[in-house]
Amino acid sequence: MNSEAVSTQHVLLGLLARGPRHGYELKRAHDERLPRARPLAFGQVYATLARLQRDGLVSPAGQEREGGPDRTSYALTGEGRAALDRWLATVEPPMPYVASTLFAKVVVALMVADAERARAYLIAQRRAHTERLRELTAVKTAPAAALDEVIAADFAIAHLDADLRWLHTTLERVADWHREVHS
Amino acid sequence: MSFLQARGVVRAYGRTPALRGVTLDVAEGEILAVTGPSGCGKSTLLHCLAGILRPDAGQVTWCGERIDEWPEAARSRLRRTEFGVLFQFGQLVAELTAAENVALPLLLAGTGRREARTAALTWLERLGVAEVADVPPGEMSGGQQQRCALARALVTEPRVLFADEPTGALDTLTGEQVLTQLVRLARQQRTTVVLVTHEPRIAAYADREVTLRDGAVDQSGLGLDAPVPGGHR
Repeated sequence: MNSEAVSTQHVLLGLLARGPRHGYELKRAHDERLPRARPLAFGQVYATLARLQRDGLVSPAGQEREGGPDRTSYALTGEGRAALDRWLATVEPPMPYVASTLFAKVVVALMVADAERARAYLIAQRRAHTERLRELTAVKTAPAAALDEVIAADFAIAHLDADLRWLHTTLERVADWHREVHS
Repeated sequence: MSFLQARGVVRAYGRTPALRGVTLDVAEGEILAVTGPSGCGKSTLLHCLAGILRPDAGQVTWCGERIDEWPEAARSRLRRTEFGVLFQFGQLVAELTAAENVALPLLLAGTGRREARTAALTWLERLGVAEVADVPPGEMSGGQQQRCALARALVTEPRVLFADEPTGALDTLTGEQVLTQLVRLARQQRTTVVLVTHEPRIAAYADREVTLRDGAVDQSGLGLDAPVPGGHR
């Protein structure tokens, strides 16, 4: 699956748009609103906040001490709000590159080995994809599935499905492709 | 005793072979997807398992009984009582309302009119289409029609539901909603499901998947016996 980098900066700006929050709250809100996202470490939240503050997109908005360490909460600045709006208005480039390990692996297999090796990989990958597809479908059909979860699972399912179609058609074409690579 | 099985099932249409000896076991309570490219014989297999078609050779057994040897009347009774069937296009009776369509299998099985209507309304409600109870299929959306067809297939509380590309005529979202309902209800009622589809996304709703290729079970299907990646021939 394509794993385009999500802009943590902009996601945090978005989470701050509803009012000031400190790092711990941001991490929790992130995990709740973006289920199945790549895990966001606390360290990454603080590092990103520091960068956003340096660039004037957020500013400290108070401190809170509840018997524990200091917690600084941050607020969106006017500049931060403008940066967020620009990001939201920008259309993402639709697949500018075919940046897939699956694709690269089959090409390399065909270069260094034979069509059988590529086939073996395609079949094993298809099996792994199918198993993951089934897991995510079970998440969706669970009686208590929340819409957050369903929509996140849908995204992954659509991409796995696209990969699976590609794996199927490439399996059919792999012998011809091997001949072309070695002609 | 096995629940539902095919043993060496062969079936041709004229001179064109559709199934070339399919052996398959369906366990009670499982949701089994039968997948494969167009023309691989998956619909024919469903028709043979459901007792709609008779194989030219081989056996189909249901709870130990050779249903392929049964006369049409007995197989037809089986389809009205123990089996439910759902096709790509709902195949509702155009002249009847939704509730009448859903009540039909019960009426054919001898249930009283009032009781059949009550059961039909319960199933339409379960599938979220109670509002079309008194509407004929021609005035319903595709999704509503397919939900009615599903209600009709489940109203007799069959032990096996056969579904042949049940979402093939629906848009993605509606198809997924119908399938989610199908799977949830099947699990609730412990209904066994044989789901024929060519789409991996749909097959993923099942517990297990069998792939057909040129009328036979594709052993390399999901790579269960696939060569180890990196292994060399």
